[in-house]
Order: sequence, then C-alpha cells, then structure tokens
Amino acid sequence: MVATQGLGRTFGSGEGAVQALQELTLEVRRGEVFGLLGHNGAGKTTTVRLLNGVLRSSSGSARVLGLDPREDGPALRARSGVLTETPALDERLAVQETLELFGRIYGLRSIAAAARATELLREFGLEGRAREPVGTLSKGMKQRLALARTLVHEPDLLFLDEPTAGLDPVASREVHDLIRTLTRDERRTVVLCTHNLVEAQRLCTRVAVLQNGALVAQGTPAELSQRLQRGREVHLEVPAERVSAAAEALRTALDGRRVAHIGAGATPGTLLLEGAAPEAVAEAVAALVAAGIPVYAAGPHEADLEDAYFALMDAPTHGNGAP
Amino acid sequence: MSRPASPRSSPAQGTDTRRRRGPVVWALAARDLRIVTGSSAVMIPLIVVPLVFVVLLPVGLAVAVHLGGSAVIEGANLAASLERMPLPMASRLAGLEPIAQLMVLVLGYLMAPMFLILPLMVASVIAADSFAGEKERKTLEALLYTPTSDVELFGAKLLVALVPAIAVSWGGLLIYSAVADAVAYPYLHRLLLPDPLWLVLVLWVAPAVAGLGLGVTVLVSARVRSFQEAYQLGGVVVLPIIALVAGQAAGVVYLDTVAALVVGALLWVLDVALMAVGLRSFSRDALASRA
Repeated sequence: MVATQGLGRTFGSGEGAVQALQELTLEVRRGEVFGLLGHNGAGKTTTVRLLNGVLRSSSGSARVLGLDPREDGPALRARSGVLTETPALDERLAVQETLELFGRIYGLRSIAAAARATELLREFGLEGRAREPVGTLSKGMKQRLALARTLVHEPDLLFLDEPTAGLDPVASREVHDLIRTLTRDERRTVVLCTHNLVEAQRLCTRVAVLQNGALVAQGTPAELSQRLQRGREVHLEVPAERVSAAAEALRTALDGRRVAHIGAGATPGTLLLEGAAPEAVAEAVAALVAAGIPVYAAGPHEADLEDAYFALMDAPTHGNGAP
Repeated sequence: MSRPASPRSSPAQGTDTRRRRGPVVWALAARDLRIVTGSSAVMIPLIVVPLVFVVLLPVGLAVAVHLGGSAVIEGANLAASLERMPLPMASRLAGLEPIAQLMVLVLGYLMAPMFLILPLMVASVIAADSFAGEKERKTLEALLYTPTSDVELFGAKLLVALVPAIAVSWGGLLIYSAVADAVAYPYLHRLLLPDPLWLVLVLWVAPAVAGLGLGVTVLVSARVRSFQEAYQLGGVVVLPIIALVAGQAAGVVYLDTVAALVVGALLWVLDVALMAVGLRSFSRDALASRA
C-alpha cells in the first residue's frame, strides 16, 4: 500500500539547510492502522506531504497505492484522503456546502456531491447543522466535519494527522471508533500521525517512531515494548507514607540477590523492583508483611508503548531502526 | 458521529467518485468565489468603489452644474485647462458651450483613465483574499491534498479574480455610459459615450490592468501572511494610473485610442511575465514548504 526506500527531504540549502526527513524506509500494508509517532517537528507531517506528492522528495523513493507521488500526484490524491493537523475549514462556508464543494472538486456532479454530503453529515451526526456556517461549530464538530470531508471521495488510503488533538474524551473515543470502522475487513488503510501514545497503543497494528526526521524504530507496539524491556520488573503498592520503610525492608530481605534496583515508582505509594526474578515477588510480599507493612497490590510490570517511546527518545539515535 | 457504521458507501448509492473528472477548475473557482463573497471586508470595496465611479461622480457633476451654473465653469478654470490640452483634445471641445465642454472634458476624457482603477481594485482585492487570505485562514492545505494540479489551483484563483474584474469593467461601462449620457445630453444634444477611446480602454486595457493588479498581488501574497498586507502592498500598482490621471489633467499626457491600444499591449506582455513568475511561486512544494 505504501513503501518508501531511503526517503528524505531537505529544506533550504547551504548552511541554513534543514533535513526534515532522512533515509525513511518503511512499509504500510493493506488494511492496517500504521502509526507515525514522534514529537512535534519529528517529520510526521513532512512524511505525509511527501507520500501525497505535495512535497517533492530530495532523496530516496516512494510508492503509494502503486503510484509514484512525484510523478502521479493528482491520480494518487484521488485515492487518498488527508485529515490535516488543523481542520483547514473555511468558516464562511456552510457545513453542507463545504462537503458539496469538495465533492465537486473531487469530480462529482452537483447532484451526486449534494447526496454524498447529506450522507456524510448523517453519518457524522452533523445533519442538524447542515445550513449553518462552519464558524458556528464547536471544535469537536469541526474535527468531525474535517473527517467527513476526508471521506467525501471514498479514499482507499487515509492519512490522519493528530485526529484527536484538542478533542474531549468522548469525541476522541468517537474518532477511535470511526478509525476501527474504516479499517474493518481491511477495506481501508490508515496512516495515523500522533503523539498520543495511548491512542497509538489502542489503534495501531504497527508503528514507526520518528525523531528529528530519522526513523528510530518500527514494529508492532508489542515488539517495541519487548525490545525496550530491559528485564523483569515487579510493581508493588503500599501505603504512601511507608514507601521508604518498605524499600528499606526489601533491601534488607532481598539483600541484592534477585533485584538489581529498588526504587519508588512513578505514582505515590508504589515501588518498582527492577531486574526482579519471578520468585522475588513472593519473597518481597512476605518481607513486607513480616515488617508489618500492608501490601495492596503486587505483580509483574510490563512495559507498554509509552515506556518504549520514552526510552527511544532518551536513547541516542538508532539509525534506520528496522525491527 | 453518531454511527460511523458505514462511512464507505457503495458507488451504487449515486456517489461514484472514480469515473468522472469533472470541470475541476470551475469547482475550485466556485468554492473561491463563494468564500470571497462571504467576506464583508472584500465585498464592501467591491460594491462601494464602482458605485462611486460609475454613478456618484457623474451625478455629482450634474448636480454641481445644475446648482452652480457658471460659477462651476469659472471655478473649474476651464479656459486655462483648455489652453493646456493637447491639440486633438482641444479641437474636440472647440465650438461647444462651456458647460458642454466641461461635460466632455470630465466625463469623456479625465474619467477615462480613472475608470481603470475599477478592474485593478476588484482584481487586487479578490486576489489578496484568495491567495494571502487563504494562507492567513490556513485553509489552503486541504486544497493541496485534492487531486488537482498546481496549474488548476492557480488557474481557478486567477479566474475568480479576473472574471469579476472584467465583469465590473464591462458592466460599469454600460451603467457609466447611461448615466454620463443622461447627465451630458441636455448640454451636448448627442450621446457622449461609449466612444472609441472608452471601448478600447474597457475592452482591451481594463482586462490587462486587472491582470496587472492580479499578478502583482499574487507575487506579494507569496511573501506576506495576511489579506490586509497583500491588499495594501499590492495597492502600489494604482500609482501609474494616478500618474496618468494627473498627467492628463495637467495636459502633459494625451490618452487617445492608439495610445490606449499600445498601453494595453504592453500591459498584456507584462501580465504574461507576472503570471509565469506567479505560477512558479504557487507550486505545491513551495506552498507546503512555507506552511
């Protein structure tokens, strides 16, 4: 569906040149939700622009839907849809008019464009606002309208750039449901640009992590988590005021035999035993109970995509990051 | 998003998007036109300025002459003006009553180059909103992802600025001729307009002047971030027209039909050069790189 080989783009020239994307090699398969993760300025939007023939690459090559974005931009864009980071809606137009005009730009006749607009407004719950100016819509409604516009020509491939940015949890969940629906039965492929790691973990079948224009890792969220899992970790919850006492009791009881490091966890009342062997869980709980410290919870701590992401960001650049 | 159950409807439902590439430029132009006409900042000058030139100025002259009579003639210092006039113009006025001379001089001659401000202003205002305004509103990016070519996007924006500018010029000539003739007929006893000079100006020079305003505004828009900046900076192109008006009033310049044909031809050449440069600055890559 999408394949790039050493794709790169440099803005400017000479000393002021900025390498926005370098040596990007990845593949997106039909029907998957592929996540492009990275901080602002990591190269996600540049990648989307290159893959749609909006920007021309400085190096490397790409095939999208079997087409070369540099040569076949219009044909490619007729089959792809892009939700931009800002909704890019003109607030002077009415809601239905927005979809109708884009339908006509995509080659629909007036009657067909009106029918498609009506259908999308119904699907996105905006039919009651059809005649109102876009400027009167809430932020969530505008995002829904922008998503509807992205689908007006029924694209095979969708690029969604921060689709839930600024949305409340309910609206975000609706967008997530929509993405799942779009990719059901592999009917559509979605490239999801996000720095929302929870969103990526929930939705993406595979992800690529970009940092300063370079690919630092790619794979399934589980693969990335496992790669970053340096050893087993045990997570304990005790009364917050007794964390220090609990840590001391554990150091004495375990005496460094099965645990590399004992420290406070990220939230109050938690302890993390790094490099702990499985039998250390029972020993730790027994030691705490013997010391008179209640144990509210104990169990292995599995790294998730968020842990993996921040570990990658903290690490030196990994080169091309192939899995 | 009450039920995103089937966002991919079947083409059989009447929305086949793949079979037909319609007249995309017209669709783009329709969108731009709808957006432009939705802005009071754009529409107010587009209505008020033509109204002033086409109706209020000739009617104002009629009212002044009617109320002021000979005092207006003396105040206009017509004799001195005639002395400064180039010979062909002076001969056109010879033998006419002073009030008729004033009518021919102001309505038929001095207003002619001033009328060119109309297409220039209309094209510049619309182009400033369509190019720089779209950048300011951050709505251009959605268009960049549509299956349009750079030339189609650029062409649509040119159409949206040029067609109204030419329509205002040609429509303006019809209305202005009717008003000017109604004002001048009681003194001239014949129709004053349209005459060959006005026809050349409006049919040949005015579209070229609109193209000039458009071309300059396109170039300015590539370097500024707002509609107001583009409109104000692009407005400097009106200075040659002001100079032409002043030159005519001072008797330094005489704009006849031949001169208008030559000026128009030069402007068309300049327009083509400006459009070529403008199109280069309007490539997707350039626009996205600046975004």
